[in-house]
Amino acid sequence: MPKRSKPSSPVVEREGSPWTGLWAVVTKEMADHMTSARMRILEILIVLTAAGSVYAAMQVLRETVGQDPFLFLKLFTTSRDPLPAFIGFLVFLVPLISIALTFDSINAEFSRRTMSRVLAQPIYRDALLMGKFLGAFFTLALVLTAIWLLIFGLGIVGLGLPPNTEEVARSLLFLVTTIFYGGIWLAVAMVFSIVFRQPATAALASIAVWLFFTVFWGILASLFAQIISPVQIGTLTEIVRQTETQLALSRLSPNTLYAETMLALLQPTVRSTGLLLPFQLEGAVMGSPLPLRQSVLIIWPQFTGLIAITILLFALSYVLFQRQEIRA
Amino acid sequence: MNEYVIETVNLTKKYDGFTAVNNLNLRVEKGEVFGLLGPNGAGKTTTILMLLGLTDPTSGKVTVLGMDPTRKTLSVKSRVGYIPDTVGFYDELTARENLIYIAKLNGLSGASAYQRIDEVLARVGLLDVADQRVGTYSRGMRQRLGVADVLIKQPQLIIMDEPTQGLDPERAREFLQMIRSLKEEGITILLSSHLLHQVQIVCDRVGLFHRGRMVLEGTVQELAKKVLGRAYRVVIEAEGDSQAILRALESVPGQVGVRHLEGSRYEVQAESDIRPEVARAVVQSGARLLGLDVEAQSLDEIYARYFEEVKHAQKE
Repeated sequence: MPKRSKPSSPVVEREGSPWTGLWAVVTKEMADHMTSARMRILEILIVLTAAGSVYAAMQVLRETVGQDPFLFLKLFTTSRDPLPAFIGFLVFLVPLISIALTFDSINAEFSRRTMSRVLAQPIYRDALLMGKFLGAFFTLALVLTAIWLLIFGLGIVGLGLPPNTEEVARSLLFLVTTIFYGGIWLAVAMVFSIVFRQPATAALASIAVWLFFTVFWGILASLFAQIISPVQIGTLTEIVRQTETQLALSRLSPNTLYAETMLALLQPTVRSTGLLLPFQLEGAVMGSPLPLRQSVLIIWPQFTGLIAITILLFALSYVLFQRQEIRA
Repeated sequence: MNEYVIETVNLTKKYDGFTAVNNLNLRVEKGEVFGLLGPNGAGKTTTILMLLGLTDPTSGKVTVLGMDPTRKTLSVKSRVGYIPDTVGFYDELTARENLIYIAKLNGLSGASAYQRIDEVLARVGLLDVADQRVGTYSRGMRQRLGVADVLIKQPQLIIMDEPTQGLDPERAREFLQMIRSLKEEGITILLSSHLLHQVQIVCDRVGLFHRGRMVLEGTVQELAKKVLGRAYRVVIEAEGDSQAILRALESVPGQVGVRHLEGSRYEVQAESDIRPEVARAVVQSGARLLGLDVEAQSLDEIYARYFEEVKHAQKE
């Protein structure tokens, strides 16, 4: 192990850069992902859902063309029964793709017995782990960017209108957010791939975490809110406090952070991600869109939060991996 | 700089109270084939991982090619090839693709890397199947690909963990031949094994591991002398009065033990090669000498005898 894990041992100067060989790992990982059957299935799935939901959205939008200054953004958010909107799909598909990309990144190297052979090459563990993460991250970014461009193309052909600058800027930010939302699940699955030696266990654990935040966290947040800030008399202050507690708790889930960011970016009329009381809206022109700067200000905490969670989880996997014994 | 390729001083590794390697002092000279011997769990693999800097020693000092593997990790790893036991490859990639990845990790790329890969594949006889997926390879082919894999970096030292495990005798023999040809190129080789007769064929010196300690070290003959008190075993086949033959054999100078095996076969143990004396004694006793053979001591015997002694010592 290049790093000393014991505090008692003296600090060891490491020779060379910890990133030696990083790009060799990144390119190899990306090539593996791009050619794997697993990835092809997911790509087909996401292209189909994108095409389907955008087509459905366009049918709705054609009727209202000309009434909305942000028609292109509506492509992402408009739903038509029985299909949910494209962003509704993304909340499910992005974690799925991310988990599929990394749930076996480390443990499969052990089970294929390639780990010791690769680490016997002149690279540090840092480069291997970082390379695996970046390889998956770039693959995800590539897939999502392709979908994003596809939707724009479909939009231009289907609606016959080019997007305006603000729409491009907003949807670009939306793309970046989506990639980092995926980054969180990449890091979650990667942590489990280090902790569990069986890839199937790691995949199940990652999906369990995802299900927990998707399904149960909302329920738990409201339960905890009732315990932490109970409504005893029923005053407005008490009710507001409870709702705010619930909101704060639900924001611990990356899903909430992502959903709020997405909403503020794609619907310029959204003024707040939290609670708005009528007196706070005094003087506001209802339904008028906010400029991009203002929308970004609203979701800045959520946006940076998503990136921060990704980095924290990656740091955790880093620590775990550095301490792992190599002998298989 | 010292002249040793590998030198460890009081090397110790503990896992949660369990001592895997205990005060190991190992020295391997340049150009020799050194065998680490011992039952599974004796600390061979742990020692190898410490030599590569893949595991930190708890205490003690390691020097590989004059460098400390925990400090000069990259320099050590770019000069030392490692073939793990049951070497693994990316099955969905071809042999060539697997090697390209390793070449890139070693900082080789472009035409020179491709040329080098072709060379090493030809060297291990896999050039014809280089573009097949490794998943279709047999065990012997994988093992040879493992050698190709370490040859890419043109190593000065190759460390092999149980290299012949799971190979059939013919493949194992070929593999041992390959080890010998690597030695002829001046590459130092450290290999671990519990298959003693194979180690005996290729190793210049061996070290016997037992519970994290290297309990014996030297050439196979030195070990034989130390443990068995003899280094040669002459087996003869003679017809005649068995009592007379045994008496004659016992009179041979230099013998340390005489035994009647079965039928017309007898065994004489000695510290040196005393075949001529044995032959003369048998003929002089009036028996008909049919055959005479000398065998160097087998490690298996040394091994078995040593651990018997350890057991006895523990009982007492």
